[in-house]
Amino acid sequence: MSSALIFTTILIIVIFTITLVIAMYSTYGERKVAAFLQDRIGPNRAGPFGILQPMADGVKMFMKEEIIPDMSNKWLFILGPCIAMTTALMTSAVIPWGNSLSIGGESYSLQVTDVNIGILYIFGVVSIGVYGIMIGGWASNNKYSLMGALRASSQMISYEVAMGLAIIALVMMTGTLSVKEIAAQQSGGNWNVIYQPLGFIIFLVCAFAECNRTPFDLPECETELVGGYHTEYSSMKLGFYLFAEYINMFISSAVISTLYFGGYNMPFIARFISDPNLLTLLGTAFLFAKILFFIFFFMWIRWTIPRFRYDQLMNLGWKGLIPLSIANIFITALIMWLTGKVS
Amino acid sequence: MQSLTNRSKVVVKKEMTFSERIYLPAILGGLRITLKHLFKKKATIQYPEVKREMAGIYRGQHVLKRDENGAERCTACGLCAVACPAEAITMTAAERSKGDEKLYREEKYAKVYEINMLRCIFCGLCEEACPKEAIFLTDRIVPTDFKRGEFIYGKDKLVEGVNNRVDVSIRQTTSVAEFKQVPNLQHNRLSN
Amino acid sequence: MTLSIFYFLSFLAILSALMVVVSKNPIHSVLYLIITFFAIAGHYVLLNAQFLAAVHVIVYAGAIMVLFLYVIMMLNLNAEVEPHKSVWLKSAATVAGGTLMVVLVGALRTSASVGSPLPADANIGLIKTLGKTLYKDFMLPFEISSILFLAAMVGAVMLGKKETK
Repeated sequence: MSSALIFTTILIIVIFTITLVIAMYSTYGERKVAAFLQDRIGPNRAGPFGILQPMADGVKMFMKEEIIPDMSNKWLFILGPCIAMTTALMTSAVIPWGNSLSIGGESYSLQVTDVNIGILYIFGVVSIGVYGIMIGGWASNNKYSLMGALRASSQMISYEVAMGLAIIALVMMTGTLSVKEIAAQQSGGNWNVIYQPLGFIIFLVCAFAECNRTPFDLPECETELVGGYHTEYSSMKLGFYLFAEYINMFISSAVISTLYFGGYNMPFIARFISDPNLLTLLGTAFLFAKILFFIFFFMWIRWTIPRFRYDQLMNLGWKGLIPLSIANIFITALIMWLTGKVS
Repeated sequence: MQSLTNRSKVVVKKEMTFSERIYLPAILGGLRITLKHLFKKKATIQYPEVKREMAGIYRGQHVLKRDENGAERCTACGLCAVACPAEAITMTAAERSKGDEKLYREEKYAKVYEINMLRCIFCGLCEEACPKEAIFLTDRIVPTDFKRGEFIYGKDKLVEGVNNRVDVSIRQTTSVAEFKQVPNLQHNRLSN
Repeated sequence: MTLSIFYFLSFLAILSALMVVVSKNPIHSVLYLIITFFAIAGHYVLLNAQFLAAVHVIVYAGAIMVLFLYVIMMLNLNAEVEPHKSVWLKSAATVAGGTLMVVLVGALRTSASVGSPLPADANIGLIKTLGKTLYKDFMLPFEISSILFLAAMVGAVMLGKKETK
């Protein structure tokens, strides 16, 4: 086994662990942020400041009775949460978590795989993610679940279109589909958000819709659909769905920070630190700081804005965001042509 | 119709302006408000450790008082049970036997005294009816339980401890206390 | 390694394609069809056509099949409401399908020498090459197909519009 393979294996395990830990603590963070925004304290009984709360929640999830409804389609009922979890975890493979580390004279990239169509890979995985919800919702044999599943699928397809069009403008500018190259191009504070503010806003809104987060949490709206697609789920299968939502939130924060906010690049720091390994690790820390900020932003929005009505959601997606993103493509093309970047 | 106050607003359905239609200014305004709340002082009171200060007139769990010598004041006259609109109070009277003078103030006492806390509406009429200043409502909260039977409080829970007195001085307003102290009134006359 | 992956993917594709036809529940059929699409996407990756694989997954598995599934879920098809077909109809369908298969097998037999399945240029499937080919050599067909899509979109909008009286 070559050293590169060993390094990649270790990297995969580390990313996997970090993703799960962050998702776990996002549940805690969500409750704390919600509490603080509502002038409350939030969970503070399990351990100091309640930091053992996720463990308590996990134990609770495992101890709950496992119910598979009698009239449900058993295999698909189990398959639903599995797909949701798998697709949520798959995206992290193409995100560059940092520059390269050099250990023993050899340089290792802090990215699991640098496929040259990284962005399309992310899109592909995201578009498969809807199956977890759809299959789970249908297999439950419950009308609320089915309604939630149908809402989820139409919502995700609608917003995928606008998301893709927003990304096209970015790809036109950067000239590459590789996530690593896009990150590398933004070195020195040359962030894409400066050149693509409209594209960023469209991408952000679509990311909210893709993650089923408020204000677009219609697939699971508690007030109308009794939990939507996971009405019939209990125990750890429900836990998987909820967990997948937080993992998605983490991954989309990572994608947003990488595509629009410079990824692991830190402006001005490179002048003061000469050790490349330290610089790489600092860059990774900087990336995680940005990711945590966006996770906080997701929660901040959730506890600020009420849910959209379904027709408003569709209007916003099809009549608002898609024309805007097409306009964004034209504006980008025009500016690129005027500044002489393309002939 | 003429408006009674000047606070009413006329609702007009008008076209949204551009800045309203793109949602973003409103969303940013909302985010600003919630962010302010992030740093505000929290309203939570950590209940079992920190107890909220009750108002003086708060009516909570009852107490059966003892007099200054530690004898129970209640003589089982039944006035509280008659006054109770929810019929939550029941009692059985008994005659004091020889040697129990330290325990009971008068020669008749309540052998059983029960208040059903699920029926009680905490109106405070029992303490008003009591001629012996035996029953008072306090600022203590009636704790929850899983069984209905546990909510019928007997003397074990209602009578205050000899060394563990319950302070009811706020509810015992001075004018009432003074009125009840008048020695030649019927209810203050000691029978022995 | 590559060969065994190829055989595995081919086996998966053919098996799930058969299951699409065989399975009674239309939802299961759709799910098997999705597996077929994934197996085909895997073949594209083996041919070093990653862009095609990704687009195949996004468009077919991620969008079209979701809509398929959506419609089938809405229709609530199951074994009870399925119209019963007579034996005569079933045997006629078998004969017609068998004839088609015979024709296909015959056509494949005559053109046996396909040559190497791998393209001459290993980079032909990469996005740079593909873009150059599309926008230089096949500019006109590409644009015409986009007009076709536009017409289809206009038609869909026309169908979806509320009738005003």
